[in-house]
Amino acid sequence: MNYYAIKAIYTFEMARTWRTLLQSIVAPIISTSLYFIVFGSAIGSRIDEIDGIPYGSFIVPGLLMLSLLTQSIANASFGIFFPKFSGTIYEVLSAPVSSREIVLGYVGAATSKSLLVGIIILATAGLFVPLQIAHPLAMLFFLVMTCITFSLLGFIIGIWADNFEKLQLIPSLVVTPLVFLGGSFYSINMLPSFWQSVTLFNPVVYLISGFRWSFYGVADVNVGISIAMTLFFLCLASFIVWRIFKTGYQLRK
Amino acid sequence: MPPVVSISNLNKIYDSGFQALSNINLDINRGEIIALLGPNGAGKTTLISIICGIVNASSGAIIVDGFDTQTEYRKTRGKIGLVPQELTSDAFSTVWNTVTFSRGLFGKEPNPSVIEKILRDLSLWDKKDNMMMTLSGGMKRRVLIAKALSHEPEILFLDEPTAGVDVELRKDMWRVINRLRDSGVTIILTTHYIEEAEEIADRIGIISNGEIILVEEKDILIKQLGKKCITLKLQNKLDAIPEDLNQYELELSQDGRELSYTFNTTTTITPSVNNNDPSSNIATLIDKLSSNNIHFNDIDTKQSSLEEIFVELVANSKTNSNYMSKHQKKTLQEQQ
Ligand SMILES: Nc1ncnc2c1ncn2[C@@H]1O[C@H](COP(=O)(O)OP(=O)(O)OP(=O)(O)O)[C@@H](O)[C@H]1O
Ligand SMILES: [Mg+2]
Repeated sequence: MNYYAIKAIYTFEMARTWRTLLQSIVAPIISTSLYFIVFGSAIGSRIDEIDGIPYGSFIVPGLLMLSLLTQSIANASFGIFFPKFSGTIYEVLSAPVSSREIVLGYVGAATSKSLLVGIIILATAGLFVPLQIAHPLAMLFFLVMTCITFSLLGFIIGIWADNFEKLQLIPSLVVTPLVFLGGSFYSINMLPSFWQSVTLFNPVVYLISGFRWSFYGVADVNVGISIAMTLFFLCLASFIVWRIFKTGYQLRK
Repeated sequence: MPPVVSISNLNKIYDSGFQALSNINLDINRGEIIALLGPNGAGKTTLISIICGIVNASSGAIIVDGFDTQTEYRKTRGKIGLVPQELTSDAFSTVWNTVTFSRGLFGKEPNPSVIEKILRDLSLWDKKDNMMMTLSGGMKRRVLIAKALSHEPEILFLDEPTAGVDVELRKDMWRVINRLRDSGVTIILTTHYIEEAEEIADRIGIISNGEIILVEEKDILIKQLGKKCITLKLQNKLDAIPEDLNQYELELSQDGRELSYTFNTTTTITPSVNNNDPSSNIATLIDKLSSNNIHFNDIDTKQSSLEEIFVELVANSKTNSNYMSKHQKKTLQEQQ
């Protein structure tokens, strides 16, 4: 293992985070606060409780997931796309580093950053609504797994994309809709039964449901299934990354 | 001594189907400076990129210091430093950070004193806290060199190190390159400036259309292929070259005012060669001119530079793919 290389990539990527502090940390805080003002106050005042949880508190896990997913994907995809775009990738390709070390550096940094953002959002949410974490370990599990998995997904997107448009395509056309339709702001039990079945094809449902369970002990789907699905997504994303490097796709010509 | 880099039967066909390299065989000696010359698109960057691991070869093998670049890439890449052709850098990093990053990336333990020495050697020390985007092009090029040296490589690839660099800085760069060679680093550089190859290289390789058409010691190349041209400014206009001068390959300018004589330096400068061949003797030519009543009031002489040799070779290789100079054959024989 070339630990110095992993550290170098990781440090470089984190430096980018501090440099773009406003965008990477302040922006999520502001958007979360806006969600609370709009959803929590305006809509929440009309919806009392879901599953016995005040609406404002109910949406916290979903809101967190929304940020974790978009942040992980954005950070990781940009982290690898930009060197490709600017040409500085030559250095990584000519260095004595394995693909695993490259992934650990880039995805590790993206994961850390998302975790950081997650914690900040959680703290921000705590200012607006009462919070409770019933199963802290499970909460941590979902939090970390989601960050890693979607950072991997972002990494895949960053390698696949050869222009800025493609970079935005999957996050805005696929991921964001899936999060909104995945029960971030409602319980899927509130849907007509047909749509409840359709929703189960949305992978994000399992993440949000499990995550919400770790906060309030209530879930749309069995938490065991959520855990299994979370692990499955991680394996899937890792497998795709492994395949990409096996075939040299898009990095080495 | 075994070559430090040994390339055999290397081919590269890009995904587009374009064959950028055809059957490259090349040995690079330890401690030498070898310059790769070739027109745009010849395949210089492709060749370097494959050795450094940025581009995958289609077939062939490369051995660096005894290790295969495919199977033992950690060992080979650790020994190599690369300064790319394009000036790419992370705009927001400081000089110090970007060089430190490179050292880490190549798996070396942090060592600020090594980095300080590199920056000082490249006159970058006072810029160490500057952001990359605030540097001029020439300075950026130096930083790229510093990055390539950060892990103390044994072999350094410089892809057009002096492109777009002013004369002053270019000379400076040559000094840097010479110093590196003195410290034992093997240097492979590509350039479009023939005088650069003439100035600093020990050996010269010429690439055209993805093939190496010649590899030769610089001195031998210039001597063997060098031509000299004497141009006489005639006092009186000449209509035609007199017949008894036909044995000399003379050329008369259109206005009949200039007569030029081109000859191979190896046959004329060295007296032992073709000593008794009157065609190679300038003195007899001049005698003959005056006996023909041709007088001149000025002489201009020109030694053909590597540039002309180069242009000629590349032109030949394009018009005739079977073209092979005797020097090339010799080089090949030596290699076998
Ligand atoms: N990724 C690629 N896909 C297809 N063709 C490529 C690719 N990269 C380079 N080529 C082609 O391969 C040939 C060799 O390119 P290369 O960059 O190695 O030339 P070069 O000798 O370095 O030229 P220059 O002096 O202009 O830098 C060119 O014709 C180029 O168009
Ligand atoms: Mg080039």
